[in-house]
Amino acid sequence: MTFTRFMQVGRIVLINYGPEEGKLATVVDIVDQNKCLIDGPADITGVERQVISYTRIALTDFLIKIDKNAKSKDVEKVWEEEDISGKWEATSWAKKLASRKRRVSLSDFDRFKVMVAKKQKAAIIAKKMAA
Amino acid sequence: MTVAGMMKQFQVVGRHMANVEHPNPEAYRMIIFAPNPVIAKSKFWYYMHQFRKMKKTTGEILDCVELVEKDSQSVKNYGIWLRYDSRSGTHNMYREFRDVKLTGAVSQLYDEMAGRHRTRPRSIRIIRTSIVADEDLKRLNPMQYVGDDVKFPLPHRVASGKRGQKALSARTYTKNRPTTYFG
Repeated sequence: MTFTRFMQVGRIVLINYGPEEGKLATVVDIVDQNKCLIDGPADITGVERQVISYTRIALTDFLIKIDKNAKSKDVEKVWEEEDISGKWEATSWAKKLASRKRRVSLSDFDRFKVMVAKKQKAAIIAKKMAA
Repeated sequence: MTVAGMMKQFQVVGRHMANVEHPNPEAYRMIIFAPNPVIAKSKFWYYMHQFRKMKKTTGEILDCVELVEKDSQSVKNYGIWLRYDSRSGTHNMYREFRDVKLTGAVSQLYDEMAGRHRTRPRSIRIIRTSIVADEDLKRLNPMQYVGDDVKFPLPHRVASGKRGQKALSARTYTKNRPTTYFG
């Protein structure tokens, strides 16, 4: 099993737990085997510079070139250049998270609409299969 | 000392009571690591009466102020010299920790001494602390994490069984082996 995602300076991570759940952040420095220093950057993702445990984060495939302990502004600049936010929204991981969130927030009427749409889809497929 | 938990750093200044012969006695300042100012002041007297002929009844505390970390946004290496009592004697020790604050490193110290040596907080006396440059680190563990190109995977990620589960039955039995490989 080869590893492709590494804990390193510049790695983009998704926060899985805690008050910043669901947000992206950049690893700015590594403290030790259990925690690292992350930064949103705060103006883009809303995550302030803080120490976070590895158990609360998930590594993504994205990596940006920043210096160790780079200032928030420098991280922001590289983030904008690479358009990490855009690239992240395009991944199926982000889309799945978004659809899960949407599903949980549906009202009863929305769920009714979903049921009707599913029935229509099933009817089209059945007609195609019969033919 | 009671349960350590998150330590705070206090500057405690005290002196002997003023009297007619010595109207202005010399004031002494100590940096004490304690969970709260009450324990900090108590520890101040504990140390002061070991070093000088002064105790709580014959002295007064002039000031007890919490010292807050100036830069809590960058990781530093802390070297801590301490003296601790083991079951059969008392020893000196030097340990290094990487943390964002000195109080964080000291809290780590108490937890590690408890874990590795069963030392209770009451048996630990911190002699000296300092920030150590990357090149001057002596202990292997913090040495691994300094440098510009530190890189390692997070292998065998074990999820917390309790996270997100409502019922005990939800986490006790599962039909699929959990996956621990996340790239």
